[in-house]
Amino acid sequence: MEATGTVKKFLFVNRKAPYGSVYALEGLEVVLISAAFDQDVGLAFLDDGVYQLAKGQNTKAIEAKNFSPTYRALEGYDIEKLYVERESLEARGLTEDDLLVDVTVLDAAGMAALMDEMDVMISF
Amino acid sequence: MLHIVNKSPGERSTLASCLAHARPGHSVLLIEDAVYAATKGHAAAEAVGKALGAGVKLFVLTPDLEARARAGAVAEGIVQVDYRGFVDLVTKNPRVQSWL
Repeated sequence: MEATGTVKKFLFVNRKAPYGSVYALEGLEVVLISAAFDQDVGLAFLDDGVYQLAKGQNTKAIEAKNFSPTYRALEGYDIEKLYVERESLEARGLTEDDLLVDVTVLDAAGMAALMDEMDVMISF
Repeated sequence: MLHIVNKSPGERSTLASCLAHARPGHSVLLIEDAVYAATKGHAAAEAVGKALGAGVKLFVLTPDLEARARAGAVAEGIVQVDYRGFVDLVTKNPRVQSWL
């Protein structure tokens, strides 16, 4: 073990809608764990993953846990880099105004460039 | 006949398969991640509109829309139902096919 750890650039890639499968919630939990390791952490949302950030989720009737407020709490863990792919929003009739947190919107080429800069990518 | 679809059209081809086999007068119920197909501006809107135009009845489960923050974005011609309405559809139709 090194006395001082190396800081790596991590990107968590979220491509699944919430509630229909466990991926979104599991991914979010791993992101929170990663915050304890003082790494350079970013989150990318593309394809159905953009739905994770939809504003106004109400899970009362399906009796599942609404974990969407947690995305707003990420800032408190120094996780402030949230990237959303423009094409994914557009294909789903969504705009940035439909999202519950401030994000950086990138086109697919921009997202590809971002991924290319990373040391580690973890997909959910 | 009642067709039930539960997977997102952004991830699986089950909705497309279902719509290719749904005949006029049939009902299609969208639940879980398939409710996204019922929303305005979605890439699946054209296929859904075509099915409606052909006389297929489209239903979407409201609790699943609410969980996903899409209850306010349902496209025209698609009927929202609650769990009671889900049961009514199942009992009213002699056959049910789930497109898993």
